[in-house]
Amino acid sequence: MRSPYRFTFIGVAALALAAAGCSTSSTSTSSGGTNWATVTSASSGGGMSKLVAAAKKEGTLNVIALPPTWANYGTILKTFTTKYGIKVNSALPDGTSQQEVDTIKQKNGTAAAPDVVDVGVSVALANTSLFTPYKVSTWSAIPAAQKSSSGLWYNDYGGYMAIGYSSKFGTITSMSQLLQPKFKNAVALNGNPTAANAALNGVMMANLVEGGTASDIAKGVNFFHDLKAKGNFSPVSATGATIKSGSTPVVFNWDYLNLPSYVGVSNWKVFIPQNAVLGGYYAQAINKSAPHPAAARLWEEFLYSQATDGGQNLWLQGGARPVEQVAMSSNGSIDKSAAAKLPAVSGSPVFLSQGQATSAANYLATNWAKAVG
Amino acid sequence: MTVAATTTEAGARPSRAGRRLRAPAWLGTLPFLGYVGVFLLWPTGILVVDAFKNPSGSWNFGGVSTLFGPVVRGYFIGSFKLCLISAVAGAVFGALVAYAVASGKPDGAVRRFALAGSGVLAQFGGVTLAFAFQALIGPVGLLFHPSWYYSFPWGIALIYIYFQVPLMVLVFLPAIDGLKLQWREASESLGSSTWQYWRYVGGPLLAPAFFGAALLLFANALSAFATIEAWENQIAYTVPQEISTSLSSEVGLSNVNAADLLAFGMIVMVAVVMTGYALLQRRAARWLR
Repeated sequence: MRSPYRFTFIGVAALALAAAGCSTSSTSTSSGGTNWATVTSASSGGGMSKLVAAAKKEGTLNVIALPPTWANYGTILKTFTTKYGIKVNSALPDGTSQQEVDTIKQKNGTAAAPDVVDVGVSVALANTSLFTPYKVSTWSAIPAAQKSSSGLWYNDYGGYMAIGYSSKFGTITSMSQLLQPKFKNAVALNGNPTAANAALNGVMMANLVEGGTASDIAKGVNFFHDLKAKGNFSPVSATGATIKSGSTPVVFNWDYLNLPSYVGVSNWKVFIPQNAVLGGYYAQAINKSAPHPAAARLWEEFLYSQATDGGQNLWLQGGARPVEQVAMSSNGSIDKSAAAKLPAVSGSPVFLSQGQATSAANYLATNWAKAVG
Repeated sequence: MTVAATTTEAGARPSRAGRRLRAPAWLGTLPFLGYVGVFLLWPTGILVVDAFKNPSGSWNFGGVSTLFGPVVRGYFIGSFKLCLISAVAGAVFGALVAYAVASGKPDGAVRRFALAGSGVLAQFGGVTLAFAFQALIGPVGLLFHPSWYYSFPWGIALIYIYFQVPLMVLVFLPAIDGLKLQWREASESLGSSTWQYWRYVGGPLLAPAFFGAALLLFANALSAFATIEAWENQIAYTVPQEISTSLSSEVGLSNVNAADLLAFGMIVMVAVVMTGYALLQRRAARWLR
């Protein structure tokens, strides 16, 4: 989200209303002798059946900032409620990661505090003091680079930076083709890279293709300088409307936002350049003062379940790459037809560390306008 | 009159039946002053104070130096170029249109149409205007696809001129209407040519109003944000765009105080321009009485 301030006031007002509506439900921190608020895995709390029973007793789960049209969350929430009979309060569906943690700070101690959050990794790293460690039963299937070793946060779903394009250009097999004259004014990012995270990662992907490293984004900026010099860089940032109208026929964006099914254009193709697999994932974490600690833990078990109707396959059906995808592909539990719809990947994925992301942003702040202006 | 007498009379006033209570004249301006105070002076004061603080709230006067760094200077130069081009072009074309309108019938259909049209078009800006141009002459536009459409400042200046010209017509027309026919007759009866009339009479009379109006157009372009942001938003060329980045960057570059500082720089820029405008207006008013 590009302007976090606009929604703050409305958000606070909405939360005040939500708090008024929920203040009657009581919290239960212990059930059957187990204090689920401090339990760090289902087995250490007495097993899945005990967790399910305790969560059902709590009866409610508070989630926040989960848009029903995003990554299949509409279906995921419905499936969870149907499966366990637990009511889900979904607050601020269009909120930002920052608003999620702000809400935890404001609402902790009330029954309306969010039990779990789904946030960007940078926000997760900056707020680990608000979270409590928990390791789902499929913990080992999450790649080591995509979770905190103590279990404070863990990637859930995401995707790779990809180039989506109109099939009127034929088939694009390498990024350097975009410098050809036929791509005049065609190539767009998703925003200004000094402001929008997806745009920064678009430049970083170009940087990896050009042989740059995650610690130095200069070659990526250089590529966009060349693109601008050839007149191929569209200054209009890509949105659903510009893609449909044809004014941004080539778009650098996360693959789950760049699929034909998502952009709603039938003659749309998407590819990920060789050896430039740049990952961007969201992260799950449990509020350490969650009003429904057992339901929060059951929700995580459900999201990381590899079952046909588990969270991992449901995310995949929404076009997002679940974090356990590699493990599920090898053990055969993956929804193969949903996986086949995602663009092919060659090479191992790169994830920016916090320091690398910051140094890229600082480099862009001084060089981006100069290079492409 | 002695002091004692005055006191007695003043003290006696309230007891006089039927006498209207006389409020001081400045009381009537209170709502206006209150409005200006709450919606202009107070926010400006907060902004200026915050411009000299850092995010943790302590004073930071060293930050001003960033205004003169090459990056930020680039945004101010970009804003200046765009405002200058669109103001000069808008002023010249707008003045020609205003003269054409003024030389027509005072209550004719052309004049009424031009004035009503200018009133509407001077307010036509923002995303709507940018998309209108995009649809006409953008890369996939209906008319043609000029290569300079996306070059800064020419492409965006053309879009700005679209609302600058009608604004010029509105603010410059009264000045042309103020030219008295007798002056023209007087100069012609003294044997001057049309060129000489404009060179020695009309031109000097209109010059202050013309430059004053051009300065107003300059300030008008400086504050425009939505139009240029819809024209392009992957590169910041102007100060308002950079303020937006400073307020909403999600890659760790957001800094409210830096945005305040940029806004403070714009206030200084506008203050200089508007002071010039006020001085020229004062000179123009002397002639148009």
